[in-house]
Amino acid sequence: MLFQRGVQGRRLLAYGVPMAAVLFALILGAIMLLILDASPLEGVKAMFEGAFGSSKALTETVLKATPLLLVGVGITIAFRADVINIGGEGQLVLGALFSTFVALNVPRLPAVLMIPLVLLAGFVGGAIWGAIPGVLKAYYDVNEILSTIMLNVVAVQLMNFLLRGPFIDPGEIERGTSIPQTERLTENADLPLLFGSGRLHIGPVIAVIAAIAAYVLLWRTPLGYRLRAVGRNADAARYAGIPVKRTIVLALTLSGAMAGLAGAILVFGSESHRMVTDGSTAGFTGNAGFNGIVAALFGGLHPLWTIPASFLFGGLLVGGNALQRTVQVPSALILALNGLVVIFLVSSDRFKRRLLDRKATGTESELGDDPTGPDPPDPSHPEDSESINLVNRGEV
Amino acid sequence: MLEMRGITKRFPGVIACDDVSFEVYPGEVHTLLGENGAGKSTLMKIVYGLYRADEGEVFLNGEPLRITSPNQAISHGIGMIHQHFMLVPTLTVAENVALGLKSSRGALTDLDSVSARIVELGETYGLRVDPSTPVWQLSVGEQQRVEIIKALYRDAKLLILDEPTAVLTPQEVDQLFVTLRTLTAGGRGLIFISHKLHEVLSLSTRITVLRNGRVTGSIPVEGATRDSLAQMMVGRAVKFAPDGADAKPTDVALEIRGLRVLRDRGGEGVCGVDLDVRAGEIMGVAGVSGNGQMLLAETIAGLRTPTAGSIKIVGTEVVGMPPKGVRDAGLAYVPEERMKDGAIGDFTVSENILLIDHNDPRYLKHGMFDFEAIRKHAQRLVDEYTVKTPTLDTPVRNLSGGNIQKMIIARELSGTPEVLVVAQPTRGVDIGAAEYIHTRLIGQRDQATAILMISEDLDEIFGVSDRVAVMYEGQIMGIVDPNTATREQVGLMMAGVAQDEALSQPT
Repeated sequence: MLFQRGVQGRRLLAYGVPMAAVLFALILGAIMLLILDASPLEGVKAMFEGAFGSSKALTETVLKATPLLLVGVGITIAFRADVINIGGEGQLVLGALFSTFVALNVPRLPAVLMIPLVLLAGFVGGAIWGAIPGVLKAYYDVNEILSTIMLNVVAVQLMNFLLRGPFIDPGEIERGTSIPQTERLTENADLPLLFGSGRLHIGPVIAVIAAIAAYVLLWRTPLGYRLRAVGRNADAARYAGIPVKRTIVLALTLSGAMAGLAGAILVFGSESHRMVTDGSTAGFTGNAGFNGIVAALFGGLHPLWTIPASFLFGGLLVGGNALQRTVQVPSALILALNGLVVIFLVSSDRFKRRLLDRKATGTESELGDDPTGPDPPDPSHPEDSESINLVNRGEV
Repeated sequence: MLEMRGITKRFPGVIACDDVSFEVYPGEVHTLLGENGAGKSTLMKIVYGLYRADEGEVFLNGEPLRITSPNQAISHGIGMIHQHFMLVPTLTVAENVALGLKSSRGALTDLDSVSARIVELGETYGLRVDPSTPVWQLSVGEQQRVEIIKALYRDAKLLILDEPTAVLTPQEVDQLFVTLRTLTAGGRGLIFISHKLHEVLSLSTRITVLRNGRVTGSIPVEGATRDSLAQMMVGRAVKFAPDGADAKPTDVALEIRGLRVLRDRGGEGVCGVDLDVRAGEIMGVAGVSGNGQMLLAETIAGLRTPTAGSIKIVGTEVVGMPPKGVRDAGLAYVPEERMKDGAIGDFTVSENILLIDHNDPRYLKHGMFDFEAIRKHAQRLVDEYTVKTPTLDTPVRNLSGGNIQKMIIARELSGTPEVLVVAQPTRGVDIGAAEYIHTRLIGQRDQATAILMISEDLDEIFGVSDRVAVMYEGQIMGIVDPNTATREQVGLMMAGVAQDEALSQPT
């Protein structure tokens, strides 16, 4: 009985604390608006209307949320296997480049074949970009946080090279403008619109299906079981005969694949139907590779909860832009607001963990004499267990 | 010197200590005896300032004691030797002892005077250890000496020793007991926590037995016997040597030839081991921790690659196979550290039971888990092995050590293995569960499984094994018959004395 109550308390904490964190961040944002002599009420109204107030706003939010969700689902898969993927940006770019390459080089196929083909190409591109740090970590003990971040840099250079060179729209060279973008990609690869018109394409549907698939994978299949077992206790997994290294590679591969899929959706769901950059990664991804991490944290690192979390976080981004337009505040404020949300979310996780630990102390020490309670911390824990624990506690 | 009166400590849903009274006089060894979860550690954590009692009072030398941290406990002259040493491996002995203390020279270190004092303490109490050696180079027994020196250096008048003998050879235990007697002769009070009855009987002045948070008896050592103490601990009569028919060994199921394995830190840890274990026998492997037993076990399980030699499981060469391949060849493995290597604390009971056969088609339907079949399988094992758990969906970390171990053994035996390697099967497990695990091991032996049982507990080695291999510095010193050899002889072999020399010792 006690145990049951404990679980419900945990669940409440797991979702209540992040919500409260976002709320606090927004309150702080409101105070900043006050200092800038703008009305916080008006600001909140502008944000809300900009994000959810009209069908156009909702479309914008959903489209913004789509790459966040896919990247977030990928993050969730990796985090469950106790690997941290900060390479969403690079994987997005690689997915986009692979799918663009396919669209540029495959002879015209009917849309029913072409669309799955470019999505698959994006999936594969991201998967490769995730597999590299996976292999480096599993077999050469290279920290995946560092390698994924560095591969982001490699990816953006690769993108700049390809979009300025081999992939560039021949028209750009003729005109001598040399904007780094491809030609308008084949219409047969355009993502179908959901309502026949407007901007809402099938990308969000694909993302939601991916989230559900990730949930099924993680909790209903032997493969997902292995991922989680390795994430929770790699030693025990190894002793039980699970190939730990291969599982780690697979986790980062799948994680990258999700981001790569998002990259393909960004290209073939874009209004211009071409891949374009301004020379920076964010110029193409809109920072989705990083914001997806926040969405995943917000969703308690659960693939299904990442769906509403991405939607809300997407709304925050879209609403922030609306706020800037309506209330005429400096754009730096929007960046600051987003930053606040991230800081509050991440630190709230620490707070939540402390609360959970306090709850757990009682139940653990009553059942065994093992030194669990307030003993000194175990020095053998790796340095990064902090950040790993930070996210592991998002368990339902 | 220490008096605890009516101590009650509640955790949500459970009373860990219920109206416990307990006192220690200068110069005595007062033993706290009880199974895991009986409340011994909780009681000691209250004395040491880690927990606060809900009810009751603690007096030290007649004064009420109100402390909230181990630092305060230390300044009151209370020292605790933990089961898991609290030493920094890369620092020297002197540095470890000085750690956390103010230097007598302000900002400069005073390690030379610390060293001098360590040598002095070592000579007085028979705790010889070189102050300038880094701790990681010390044997477990020496590290324990450092822990005791640490407490004495801080002038502890009351010492709490939490299962101090778990990691020592019989000879080291004797040596430790000499030291402890010197300490009490000097007027110090000692609280000794243990569940090894023969040690308790040889060292204690008085014994207090706890069961389920209550004192079931507090008696002077005179008149106490193994049986009476065990009965007080468990609440019923306990059988020490599990009975069973004699072993009927048949063919060799595990064959090891010329095995050589490197340690993690360099140097050879297993140096040319030959060993045969037959189907239907339990081969005990005795030895002090760190003499290559664990390397041997992990190599058999495919977790390490040997530099030379061969391992055959029912005729199949398994060297070079991944752990899964070795398991498929017929091996089951119960690792030494159950929470680190044997179970996933955050996973539920049924998820943990699934650990070795989550790919088995019996538990899958269309490539996805068949939770109904998994439940049935887990429930059957939980019932059969009397694993006490609120539900199958309880995270394993919430179970007691004994129940986790029963669950691991249930899982490993569920596939009816040809060879079972089991390391420290009952370490930290309560008597009831230990008794059950021993019976199970013998039962599995009678179903023609070859069992290699590594243990540092000589009671277990003698009680369960059909043959005993003694390991010392990576080699098998010899194989003896537990029915004819004595503990002393095995103890000598564990310390490196050759078999014929050890066996010629008077018994």
